[in-house]
Amino acid sequence: MIQFLSYLLNGISLGSVYAIIALGYSMVYGIAKMLNFAHGDVIMIGAYMSFCAIQYWSLPPIAAIVLAIVVCTALGILIERMAYKPLRTATSLSVLITAIGVSWLLQNIALLIWGANPKSYQSLVNFGSLTLFDGQLHITSETFITIAANIIIMIALTLFTGKTKMGKAMRAVSEDKGAAELMGINVNATISMTFAIGSGLAAIAGVLLCSSYPVLMPTTGSMPGIKAFTAAVFGGIGSIPGALIGGILLGLIEILGKAYVSTELGDALVFAVLIIVLLVKPTGLLGKKVHEKV
Amino acid sequence: MTQRKFQKTPVKMVPAPSYGILPERDVGERPVLETRNLGIDFGGLRAVEDFNLVIGKTEIAGLIGPNGAGKTTVFNLLTKVYQPTMGTVLINGRDTAGMNTVQANKLGIARTFQNIRLFGNMSVEDNVRIGLHNQIGYSTVSGILRLPSFWKGERAQHERALDLLSIFDMQDLAGHQAGSLPYGAQRRLEIVRALATNPSLLLLDEPAAGMNPHETEELMENIAKIRDKFKIAILLIEHDMNLVMGICEGICVLNYGRIIAKGTAEEIQNNPVVIEAYLGKQKEG
Amino acid sequence: MMKYKKPSRNFVTYAGVILIFLICELALSGMIDGFKMSRSLKGQLVPICVYIVMAVSLNLTVGISGELSLGHAGFMSVGAFTGVLVSQYLLFAFPDVNLETIRLIAALAAGGLFAGIAGVLIGIPVLRLRGDYLAIVTLAFGEIIRNLINCIYFSVEGIALNFGFLDPNLPGKMIINGPMGATGIKKLATFEVGFVLVMITLVVVLNLINSRSGRAIMAIRDNRIAAESVGLNVTKYRMLAFVVSAALAGMAGALYGLNFSQIQAVKFKFDTSILVLVFVVLGGIGNIRGSVIAATVLTVLPEMLRQFGDYRMLIYAIVLILVMLAGNNPFIKNTLDSFKAKVFKKSAKEGDQA
Repeated sequence: MIQFLSYLLNGISLGSVYAIIALGYSMVYGIAKMLNFAHGDVIMIGAYMSFCAIQYWSLPPIAAIVLAIVVCTALGILIERMAYKPLRTATSLSVLITAIGVSWLLQNIALLIWGANPKSYQSLVNFGSLTLFDGQLHITSETFITIAANIIIMIALTLFTGKTKMGKAMRAVSEDKGAAELMGINVNATISMTFAIGSGLAAIAGVLLCSSYPVLMPTTGSMPGIKAFTAAVFGGIGSIPGALIGGILLGLIEILGKAYVSTELGDALVFAVLIIVLLVKPTGLLGKKVHEKV
Repeated sequence: MTQRKFQKTPVKMVPAPSYGILPERDVGERPVLETRNLGIDFGGLRAVEDFNLVIGKTEIAGLIGPNGAGKTTVFNLLTKVYQPTMGTVLINGRDTAGMNTVQANKLGIARTFQNIRLFGNMSVEDNVRIGLHNQIGYSTVSGILRLPSFWKGERAQHERALDLLSIFDMQDLAGHQAGSLPYGAQRRLEIVRALATNPSLLLLDEPAAGMNPHETEELMENIAKIRDKFKIAILLIEHDMNLVMGICEGICVLNYGRIIAKGTAEEIQNNPVVIEAYLGKQKEG
Repeated sequence: MMKYKKPSRNFVTYAGVILIFLICELALSGMIDGFKMSRSLKGQLVPICVYIVMAVSLNLTVGISGELSLGHAGFMSVGAFTGVLVSQYLLFAFPDVNLETIRLIAALAAGGLFAGIAGVLIGIPVLRLRGDYLAIVTLAFGEIIRNLINCIYFSVEGIALNFGFLDPNLPGKMIINGPMGATGIKKLATFEVGFVLVMITLVVVLNLINSRSGRAIMAIRDNRIAAESVGLNVTKYRMLAFVVSAALAGMAGALYGLNFSQIQAVKFKFDTSILVLVFVVLGGIGNIRGSVIAATVLTVLPEMLRQFGDYRMLIYAIVLILVMLAGNNPFIKNTLDSFKAKVFKKSAKEGDQA
């Protein structure tokens, strides 16, 4: 029972990381209608930046996190400006392939700078752990902070998109780009802003992910990226609560599946559940149904 | 150039056994389409209700009404793009409950679209050949292995496609890309493609939209020609009243999803309810 | 703008493939002086054939049928492991019968068959979805297949084939060993067989496209509602394209598996699906000849870039991005189009004179 509780917490914690990454995917998809495959690699860059800040430049953890966020935000805007903006009118497949190119580019840059060997990441949010039930249940500070960060980010983003002018502009652009432009919304600035927020979140996700799973390689971001993308689709792409629910469910299924079904089949289970959800609700758990007009 | 004027053959309309009216010549025959209390809800909004219509075997019928009256929705119900919330659609006497668009087409209903839906990247001939898909066939395997049945089928499709295109004198355009044709020609190609499926009822959704008066006049002749040549019924939605009154035998007027009048052109033209629906209520006094 | 293509145009594609094959054969035999293939390039010949088949078959799904599939490597892995299993089983169970050709044909056929069956099973749920959702589900299936193969164990004892799921304790000689994959594979793949497979793939795909069923597939891609209105069975034809594509990928996989002494499921990761998709997009969506060229060039390119050492994949990525940007740049596009128009006009005139 206590074992189960521990898995549950681990699942929610991993799911929270997925949810934070999924937000980046979901917001970008909602606004630019593109699958930003390079998003997972921005996570990896964020993790490396914070790693260097601690390891080589001896910055305090907070400064390391801030540095990672700043670098990733700038990187996100740069990628959008250089690679995606010229493709605004191109087919979605062209944009997808370009995103894949950016993903490979980031991975290979990381490979050249930091090498292929895994780095052992030192947790930035390690404040000891809480022990309950006579030492049977350990809850690490990473678990706590990841879950807390997720909750704070979700609330902040919901308020941002609901209340602020920029947030409303984002919603307008995702609904109808042309109409938003006619209403005087600066579409390019809005899209840049979306990438900036998504990439900043990716940096946080990178720090949290590597604090819990301390192996850092140039390909560290790709699998969590794909799973987070799955989570975004799972919850209904374009929806903030959808990303939260999708991420947490995915994390839970993965951890519980690995614990109780089979370690080898954990990932397969995650994807199988996704397929079942999409077959029952083709636009995800909280997705809107779109009718085609005849 | 002398202005040709299309004249429709006079026909007497008689009450149909169930609902509505039929041309006298179709009385002994099974109606090609019959709907009973047809209706559909879109999330609580009733878009069409109590739609009862009979179309005779060789009738040219019109469906008119103000914008948003639900005309295209009726077409979508008849072709099973939408499943009705209530009521039945009978095509050639067969109940279409639970059927999809493909099955409805195989029962003998073909259509064109208000916003043209051609296969724009393909050639004109290929568009017609796709219409012939279920009429002239050979197996996928013989297509891959280029067996004799492939060559035979291809030749038959080619000949039939040119034959059908010649209705509108379009056989010379066969090799052109469908999407590059002028607007009027695209509308005509859509009709040819629908005819290729060998229907017994052809639904035309605003066939004259975007055509000039001369083209419209030609279209009227051609619609009558198609009916006479293929012995089929035609139901059309159109806003051009010259076309509707000039060609349609039975006319059905739809407003707010309900039929407000049915009758011949003369009856509809003088019906005060119809005039009100189109022009609004006249001030009294 | 896509132009209507007459079937005879495909002649160029066939002729080009045959010509390149003959040149490679000559170079391999050393009959031309000073024109020798490097060792690494020789090693790439079978993979080039494999990737051509993969790209052409994926183009059937993505270009002709219009469904973005991100799990093509899944079918490749089904084919690879089935092919290796069949070939190795025949080798161990009937050691006296020494017929490599039969083993190879059996392996390719089994690979195609099982990948085709996987295509049907996956197609049933996948083809109920559309667009990006379909893409993500194909990705998911690709990953599931890879995970499942990691749990599969096969061994041969006498002529008995033993199977274990998550159970490595099987009697006899292991053929497929879970996450360790298949080891000790007797290599059967040759460049010639690869060439034959490429030709088969081209014939199947090009003839399919230029037939009644192919037109139906493209009509459904271009306008599903219109296609239904003229009585085309949408599910049937989407499924046909998907399954043919899967079966061809399975055959490519079988050839690939038999080109190495060992393979693991990890070779058929999501990255492989993406790589093949890159070939298809760079070669031109729906352009079969383009897929052949792109698969060839992009498989050779990393070898060519070997002198750049660690930078080669970086350069590859940058080239990919630049090509995508250039291809969608209106100025470059217009220049290219007018250039093409000039060239074609010129050749057409020459043709008239001749």
